[in-house]
Amino acid sequence: MKYISISNNQAISLDSIPELPYGEFLESNVGMLTGSPERHCVNYFGFWTEAYSSGEPVEDLYDENKNRKEYGENVKLICCIADDKTHQIYVSSATVDPEVVYESFTARNHNFEKYEREMHEIFRIQYNNHPWLKPVRYSHDRADKAETIENYPFFGADSHELHEVGVGPIHAGIIEPGHFRFICNGEQIMHLEIQLGYQHRGIEQLFLQKKKLAELTTLAENIAGDTTVGHTVAFVNLWESLCGYKPGRSLHFSRTLALELERIAIHTGDMSAVCADIGYQLGNSVYGRLRTPIVNFLQEWGGNRLAKGLIRAGRTNFPFSGKLGARLASILDEFELDFNEMTSKFFKLPSALSRLEKTGVVTYGQVLEIGTVGMAARMSGLNRDIRSSHPFNLFGEEFTHEPVIKHHGDVYARVRLRRDEIHQSIGYIRKMIADIPEFTEAAGVKLNPQRNMFILSLVEGWRGEICHCAITDNEGRLGLYKIKDPSFHNWMALAQAVRNNGISDFPICNKSFNLSYCGHDL
Amino acid sequence: MVSVILIIFASIFFVGIVTRTKSIASGRKGPGIMQNMKDIIRLLKKGSVYSKTTSFIFQIAPTVYLASVLMAILMLPHGVHPGVISFSGDFVMFAYLLALGKFLIIVSALDTGSSFEGMGASREALFAMLAEPAFFILMGSFALFTGHTSFSSIFNALDFGSYISYMLGGLATFVLVMIAMIENSRMPFDDPKTHLELTMIHEVMVLDNSGFDLGVITFTTNLKFAMYGAIISNFFIGALPLILSIPLFMLIQFCFAVTVGVIESFIARYRMSHNPEFIFILTSLSLLIFFGVLLILGKFM
Repeated sequence: MKYISISNNQAISLDSIPELPYGEFLESNVGMLTGSPERHCVNYFGFWTEAYSSGEPVEDLYDENKNRKEYGENVKLICCIADDKTHQIYVSSATVDPEVVYESFTARNHNFEKYEREMHEIFRIQYNNHPWLKPVRYSHDRADKAETIENYPFFGADSHELHEVGVGPIHAGIIEPGHFRFICNGEQIMHLEIQLGYQHRGIEQLFLQKKKLAELTTLAENIAGDTTVGHTVAFVNLWESLCGYKPGRSLHFSRTLALELERIAIHTGDMSAVCADIGYQLGNSVYGRLRTPIVNFLQEWGGNRLAKGLIRAGRTNFPFSGKLGARLASILDEFELDFNEMTSKFFKLPSALSRLEKTGVVTYGQVLEIGTVGMAARMSGLNRDIRSSHPFNLFGEEFTHEPVIKHHGDVYARVRLRRDEIHQSIGYIRKMIADIPEFTEAAGVKLNPQRNMFILSLVEGWRGEICHCAITDNEGRLGLYKIKDPSFHNWMALAQAVRNNGISDFPICNKSFNLSYCGHDL
Repeated sequence: MVSVILIIFASIFFVGIVTRTKSIASGRKGPGIMQNMKDIIRLLKKGSVYSKTTSFIFQIAPTVYLASVLMAILMLPHGVHPGVISFSGDFVMFAYLLALGKFLIIVSALDTGSSFEGMGASREALFAMLAEPAFFILMGSFALFTGHTSFSSIFNALDFGSYISYMLGGLATFVLVMIAMIENSRMPFDDPKTHLELTMIHEVMVLDNSGFDLGVITFTTNLKFAMYGAIISNFFIGALPLILSIPLFMLIQFCFAVTVGVIESFIARYRMSHNPEFIFILTSLSLLIFFGVLLILGKFM
């Protein structure tokens, strides 16, 4: 067997993952993706092998400055390929020596580009044919301290006709830091390079240092502030499964409900922001107002507008009552009325359509090559939706999800995708609150992770696929926690989208993707 | 002198009315009409910060900009009352005084060395250049129509006698409103409220100006708005006595401001590459006015 096949949220013993020689590992994984658009790489990462064999507690491997005291001999690589047709994830592994130069996956398939850059940064794994081996983050645990991101090697054009425009990292508005370097021919963008990493907080290491479940859950809530529910659900699903705990319907219910509410709220806010960027005041203010009742409902339910504190492993502090259900139904009725009225105006306004259509096009071939996930895949006809391909919580059991797919890959496709997903989510929520489960507190739930396990949890957040992976050591402590936010891949789609567009259309392209900086930087 | 006082008075309220219209249209309470003026006064009380890469050009530009607009305003008549400065062909000087102010702002934007400001300067120069023929063909047509070449005598001699001349007046108003939108960097050409440097035209050019300088530039923009309103009102005032013409002037300024507010509320901004196309439409409309004048004068017979 070249790989072990698991389903979403299935914990397996770490030793059961087949270990291949690197050459075979490369052939097997790249080969699986070749000619199979239904497969993509959900996570590919490495870890020092001695962290597990030495039996030393993980935090002892770091000094007070959070630098690794010593580097191990070998790095174990784990590659997870998701197959949307069979609903399985194929996991395989290989052990590599950082002293040896390897052939890169990226030269054969660009899906692996960011992963290999990250591993080069952390473990100094050498590749002889990686086309774009640049730093990913401002990380403190990089292996090669001499190679910093401060002197990031930007792609340049030595030309008298072209000029460069640098935007950020101190950025207009309230968004996060990132540096964008444009190479322009007058008003036309020839090339965009995005340099991120400013927000790096070392959140994956914090997961290893924190011991209490409450601390871990809070960490998960803060991976990306706009996807609180998405990341927390990924974490609690993973944790419960790691502990062998089977949550009841009420827990699945509250997680699915919160996830769909978050989707509606953020999508509506994004539509408002798209209107602001094209200078359409009416859409900006109406959609902006419509987001408020949804986030306010989250506050009514869980005491926080961003749903912090709402999702907890093994229990819920905020049972969903029939009273809340009735309240939500009336909020949705009002929301839908205004939303439909505004939408029918917005999607018929010639001046708005002329800004949205054919702006920032990413083709099917491009998204497949990049390996985008979520909305950034569905906008171009690539069917990637974890709710249907690797169902979790209530999906697959109570709902059979039919992903919304658009084909043009422009800003207009992304806005229509949001509109249709809002309608779809409202439909799911209506169905859910018609059958609210009994919230009974399960007594004496003990959540202790099993030893030497590997687990992978996939969740479809509003932006797309969220992947959390965990490995426990031989005493049942977290030995590795690996997070992949949908933004990790999707930033490259933005860089492709703006090519040949006017530089004044960059903000609207950027907003139509609405990618996360801290989700990427971790 | 009447027109100078009226324009300065109107400029105090103009942007406030635009903002108020936009607030009401979007269902918000919005700031008071005087808020814009209060902001300007606050800015004028502050000192300015200058970047080390800038030269004296950057420091004198705001003042020259204000002076050029004030000078241009001195040339505008109010009905039968001629402007402070009035001579044959003064509308040519009027246009180039404004261009001088704009030139200084463009050069001062380039002076900062920022790539954003360079981009804004190139856009402003392009759109101003494209809008210039429209203004000259328009004024030239009316000079031909009336046989006079100064603002006050053109407007005094304007007599909407035939139906076709009403059409010309209407077209001229439309062209002037649109030129005012371009010159003042308003929607649908430029979005003064946007926070995105990459899409800005005028706003990005004054990113580095602060305090007193910024206050001067903002007030000059208000003045320019009221100035275009005054030109439009002259098409309608004619030889009315002051007691009627002053309320009419204010009403026209008010309607102009409300129109700007409504346009900004209910349509999206043009794509940058569509701006030149639209500005060329204004030139064609001016040509239509020109042919209308030829028709009235019987030059085609």
